[in-house]
Amino acid sequence: MPAHPQHVPDSPTSGPLASADISRVVLDDSDITRALTRIAHEILERNKGAADLVLLGIPTRGVPLAERIAARIAAVEGDDVPVGSLDVTMYRDDLRMKPARALLPTQIPASGIDGRTVVLVDDVLFSGRTIRAALDALNDIGRPRAVQLAVLVDRGHRELPIRADFVGKNLPTSLVETVKVSLAGVDEVDAVTIQGPAGGEVTA
Amino acid sequence: MKRHLLSAGDLTRDDAELILSTAAELRELADRPIKKLPALRGRTVVNLFFEDSTRTRISFEAAAKRLSADVINFAAKGSSLSKGESLKDTALTLEAMGADAVVVRHGASGAPHRLANSGWVRSSVVNAGDGTHEHPTQALLDAFTMSRHLGTGPKGSLDGRRIAIVGDVLHSRVARSNALLLHTLGAEVTLVAPPTLFPVGVESWPVEISYDLDAVIPKADAVMMLRVQRERMSGGFFPTAREYSRRYGLDGRRMATLQDHTIVMHPGPMVRGMEITADVADADRSVIVEQVTNGVAVRMAVLYLLLGGSEPAVGGEE
Repeated sequence: MPAHPQHVPDSPTSGPLASADISRVVLDDSDITRALTRIAHEILERNKGAADLVLLGIPTRGVPLAERIAARIAAVEGDDVPVGSLDVTMYRDDLRMKPARALLPTQIPASGIDGRTVVLVDDVLFSGRTIRAALDALNDIGRPRAVQLAVLVDRGHRELPIRADFVGKNLPTSLVETVKVSLAGVDEVDAVTIQGPAGGEVTA
Repeated sequence: MKRHLLSAGDLTRDDAELILSTAAELRELADRPIKKLPALRGRTVVNLFFEDSTRTRISFEAAAKRLSADVINFAAKGSSLSKGESLKDTALTLEAMGADAVVVRHGASGAPHRLANSGWVRSSVVNAGDGTHEHPTQALLDAFTMSRHLGTGPKGSLDGRRIAIVGDVLHSRVARSNALLLHTLGAEVTLVAPPTLFPVGVESWPVEISYDLDAVIPKADAVMMLRVQRERMSGGFFPTAREYSRRYGLDGRRMATLQDHTIVMHPGPMVRGMEITADVADADRSVIVEQVTNGVAVRMAVLYLLLGGSEPAVGGEE
């Protein structure tokens, strides 16, 4: 018996761990709207206006985010900011570790990116590897004057020296949790949820 | 598990649509200042051509180079093959050099299949035309070109589109691969040729057949002309070239009976004056030059999907 106590608590906890994955909403649709409005204002403030800005969303969900930010910039400044998308699939460092993945659209605005300020837009900033791939992809397309990064959620756990310039919400997470961003247009509703084992937030 | 692209018939509709949608993204690359992607860095693609070819070899070479792969061109002329080396020994040499993909064209039908399934090489094998059998990447680029002009919906679906393939079906690997692929993609294919230029067993293909070009082309959405492959002909398949042209060639008079949106295609090389007249080949509705451009994008898609990841995303089982 004395040899077994470690095993005994294991069974009751592994039960709930497997069955009771909880999912909680951390940002609802109005939170997302406010965050994007703030990001739009911060982008304008940092760049002293919308001149020479280009917003590039990273598919899938970075693209509708970039479009929404552009719409808010247009509402504030009256200028239309070029919006495009930048697929980074072929530049990923884990390309060889998974089956070949379908490519997503890359659409660079006709005005190009040379000499402009490019704001990359993505939904979640995590390891930073996607952004590294995006910087490499940009390199093959042109030479922007500056590159900035806007993300809806920064969940930490960076593996590369990369940081965001504009953050919707800093969300400390545990590695066992997953952060899911849903956006109307791609998904059914606007929401940011954390999914993970019960008590996962304690370890964060 | 190694996968290959040996036959257009091995592709499921999902596979084919994945290749076409990937090609659509890669097509945009041609308009960028730096026409290069890093996806196949450090991979080696061998172009193994036992038969003469200009556009297919160059197209595969451009495709592999734009994906940053290393390319080794290997033509039968001027190699050990002309000294009597067998396909097997050539294959073992390639294997020893560490080829990740072998793009093979061979005069014998089934040679790529032999290469893929013999256990001689571990690389992916892409059929770039074998005898009178198949030429799957040509069919893919034809379907891609059709999809851009005739496709409906967001995916450029070819469902219900009528495609006429006209000419030397008997000797054409392009016709067979197209018939199989276009059927998979939902198009209705009609083959038009003189009775002597249909292969045995064509009844079992998923196509209609006709001997009357004038009856077929007014309903077609795309007309694909095939070259008469004199080099593969040993007997008389038709009385004279002039009679063939008159009955099965596409000239200005026949072009006038096409619908406004109908496109004219040709896999090349063309023999102007034989199966197609110069005014048709150079007409606005002719997409023959575009087919060549699209060929690079489609071959990039095939190479990327076979080699880009840890395991291939498309293709037939070993």
